[in-house]
Amino acid sequence: MFPQPVEKSSAAWRNGYQALLPLALLFWLLPLIGVALFSIKPDTDFANANYWGLPSTLSLAENYSKVFFESDMPRYLLNSVFITVPTVLGAVALSCMTGFALGIYRFRFNILVFFVFVAGNFVPFQILMVPVRELTVNMGLYNTITGLVLFHVAFQTGFCTLFMRNFIRALPRELIEAARVEGVSEIRIFWYVVLPLMRPAIAALSVLIFTFIWNDYFWAVVLTQGPEAQPVTAGITSFNAQYRAAYHLMSAGSLVAALPPVIMFFAMQKHFIAGLTLGAVK
Amino acid sequence: MADASLPQQKSWWRKNQLTLAPFLFLAPGALFFLVYVIFPVFESFQISLYEWNGLGDKEYVGLRNYEELWWDDAFYVSLRNNLIWLVLYLLAIPAGLFIALFLNQNVWGIRLYKSLFFFPFVISQVVVGLVFTWFYDPTFGLFNEVIGVFGLGPVSVLGDDRYVTYGIIAAGLWPQTAYCMILYLTGLNAVDPEQIEAGRLDGAKGWKMLWYVVLPQLRPATFIAFVVTIIGALRSFDLISIMTAGGPFGESRVLAYYMFEVALSEYGFRMGYGAAIAVVLFLIMMVYIAFFLTKMYRDEKGV
Amino acid sequence: MSFKTNTLAVLAASTIAATSAFAGGHSLSGDLRIFLDTSNPAPRATMEAMIDRFGELHPNLNIETTVIDREAYKTQIRNFLTANTPDVATWYAANRIRPFVEADLFEDVSDLWMEPEIANNLASTKGAMTIDGKQWGVPYTYYQWGVYYREDIFAQYGLTEPTTWEEEKANCQTLLDNGVKCYTIGTKFLWTAGGWFDYLNMRTNGFEFHMDLAQGNVEWTDDRVRATFANWQELIDMGAFIDNHATYSWQEALPFMVNGDAAAYLMGNFAVAPLREAGLSDDQLDFYQFVEITPGIAKAEDAPTDTFHIPANATNKEAAREFLRFVVSAEQQTIINGPDNLGQLPVNAQSAVADDEFLNQGFAMLSSNSPGGVAQFWDRDSGAEMAQASMQGFQEFMVRPERLDSILDRLERTRQRIYE
Repeated sequence: MFPQPVEKSSAAWRNGYQALLPLALLFWLLPLIGVALFSIKPDTDFANANYWGLPSTLSLAENYSKVFFESDMPRYLLNSVFITVPTVLGAVALSCMTGFALGIYRFRFNILVFFVFVAGNFVPFQILMVPVRELTVNMGLYNTITGLVLFHVAFQTGFCTLFMRNFIRALPRELIEAARVEGVSEIRIFWYVVLPLMRPAIAALSVLIFTFIWNDYFWAVVLTQGPEAQPVTAGITSFNAQYRAAYHLMSAGSLVAALPPVIMFFAMQKHFIAGLTLGAVK
Repeated sequence: MADASLPQQKSWWRKNQLTLAPFLFLAPGALFFLVYVIFPVFESFQISLYEWNGLGDKEYVGLRNYEELWWDDAFYVSLRNNLIWLVLYLLAIPAGLFIALFLNQNVWGIRLYKSLFFFPFVISQVVVGLVFTWFYDPTFGLFNEVIGVFGLGPVSVLGDDRYVTYGIIAAGLWPQTAYCMILYLTGLNAVDPEQIEAGRLDGAKGWKMLWYVVLPQLRPATFIAFVVTIIGALRSFDLISIMTAGGPFGESRVLAYYMFEVALSEYGFRMGYGAAIAVVLFLIMMVYIAFFLTKMYRDEKGV
Repeated sequence: MSFKTNTLAVLAASTIAATSAFAGGHSLSGDLRIFLDTSNPAPRATMEAMIDRFGELHPNLNIETTVIDREAYKTQIRNFLTANTPDVATWYAANRIRPFVEADLFEDVSDLWMEPEIANNLASTKGAMTIDGKQWGVPYTYYQWGVYYREDIFAQYGLTEPTTWEEEKANCQTLLDNGVKCYTIGTKFLWTAGGWFDYLNMRTNGFEFHMDLAQGNVEWTDDRVRATFANWQELIDMGAFIDNHATYSWQEALPFMVNGDAAAYLMGNFAVAPLREAGLSDDQLDFYQFVEITPGIAKAEDAPTDTFHIPANATNKEAAREFLRFVVSAEQQTIINGPDNLGQLPVNAQSAVADDEFLNQGFAMLSSNSPGGVAQFWDRDSGAEMAQASMQGFQEFMVRPERLDSILDRLERTRQRIYE
């Protein structure tokens, strides 16, 4: 193990390390802790310039209930769910198929098609902005959840295909060959042989895509405009416009907007990290 | 007739399914990807040759948009900032490695520490931007409180053209470092203990051990960290949009933001000019895409 | 007695006649979709109540109202004018309508402006609604700009409302000597700096010159433009503006005035409501007209006008026209601009101005003390692109005044590209 495990070091260093950990964490999360503190302060603290002292009264319930009951935040959160979940389903479903096609079969242009998916995945969003916006407007899907989902599914398919194809490549080919010899159709091989083996990849990818899409801001700004369809990342700016200079509410709103992927991360940590670090080890 | 064709069809499918299956499986995904990603790239190239306000008719102007870029100060400011982003964003890699080494221990509660160090990455950039905007606020920001302890400041990081880009990059480094950290933690897990022992026997310690024994084994992690960090740096949009809207006086713009500003912001009506900026950004990114694909191609051939 | 009843009856009859004449003889039906950018709570309620009153007059009309965030609306209008188009939409006067007029996305409503009700009572705003000799919408409210200041702080240091540039600077120096900034401002979103430029340039060079510059007919490197910036620089060099203004929005700059760190704010009348909300009483808050700079130049004011339009792709244009007539009617104008509603100035000459300290001063100023003319605002009078480039330049100048030459050169290049 590198570096040298602390339990093998001197007691002083061991204790020093244990003491350093929380301090380092505190420093690392300082900006966030500041916002968390803001979010439980009453507005009078800001008027009295009591920014960093203790809250004069604890206004946690009051501030957060304002966010949930007196603003469009619940609507934005719901939109985010309606955008994120179908995108995850769609992108994972499509990429299971494309990954299967590119990972199992040998055909001309296989590598070329694969590279197009990979390259497209790295393209700067901005070059797609004007045409995709036009396309969405022309299909009558501007400012709809559907319009946003369709684009996200398409774009994420690039990344997911890279992921799935590499995963499928690593599966034992003998299984598939054996099934073919027995005359199992390709579709059944996909459904009954390969798909069950892909479960860990599907789980990892779903968690990843959930986070990516939930946190998307650029496309939310380009393709949607109001509480009918905007996800919470874009909604938070309208929320802040409404409560401008009301830092306690803006802080509470920001934390609420950030929370779902954080919960997702802590609940599905294993899958999340597996997905993120695929390829970090050979 | 119908009866006769059925088994025939089936056997035709049987015969050809191995050739046809990959295309059937590819079709839905490829179709989506073509319509929403591949075609638009080419369309942007085309739009960049037009003067178009997004409302009325397009007017063909040839390369005039590119010529104008050549003379546009704001374009160079954006380009310069893009370079600063590219270089400084890479700091996430050593910083992530450093934290990973710091946390790669087996003490009580370390798993929770790792999670807590990592989780800025899952917070949306919008919230990161807001959090850092308040962190930097000249009247009440924690940043000024902290540097005030050392007798410095107050500094209006986001209002000063000299500091603004660095301030935003620092905000971006926060989640990006967490990402690199997790890559390295996973990589460190897989480092071969025997080689470490062998290194110890050879008398390698500390930096030497890291440099000659550990880092070579972390290569795959470093490669991924490099790729995602470069892509992240070139895509920087959310933070700038949230923290400064490109200001003060356009000094914190990067190409991705400038493009949005000229095409779709409140006063921006120039789709063609925006597309031209996007094309330039795309060409810069192409260098890295090509680099990545070449590496992948070599790996494929190697397998 | 009988005379009194008669007058009342006549008045009532004329009101009824007026409203029913609007109805055009037969009742309206179908759907009427209205998009509003009045997203702040008070204006939103005002508009919704007005639409309800309109709905009561036309029970067969199915009205659907959508309120969009004011900032978001500015970029989204170009989408909904082409797809999913409403029948009526809010917007801003002057050059802000030009891109949509040129793209044939707004309906020509010159016919409405020929009707005597509108022609006679709205004449003062006709120019701001006219492009190519036609009118493209109707106004529904406007408001004055000027200097809102802390009366109590002025009193504390023995200052009075200035009328000349020298007095303005002398006041400012006194404030600075006492550790109070003269002006608060937040330039993060640029347009607030546009307000300062409007006033400095109109006072230095006059309304005609200002409009010429806005329309791209004057070079930015012209000496007269430099004179304006020289005046501005005097204030900047004194340290008149709050520090770090480039980090603040206009709302975030309000606390400086509320807390007494700054004494005045060059702003539109909409700043009064949040200042009062923040706890400033009318004894602490007052208003004065921006001072004279070049002696003898007729004073001109900024008074931005907000408007209603019919998109060219609207489906129910008949009902939309009827709605526009309703909005500008004297009665509705009095109501929606009243103190409990928008708290701004009505566009109809027959309407009553709410009895409010600031509206009274603003109305008096605009109707009798603005001989030079009335401007809409920098980003409405100049084109979108020039507005963006120039306001960025203004902000840069306020932070780095030593860069004036390069800023003006850049703006001149931009002007040549756009207008030549």
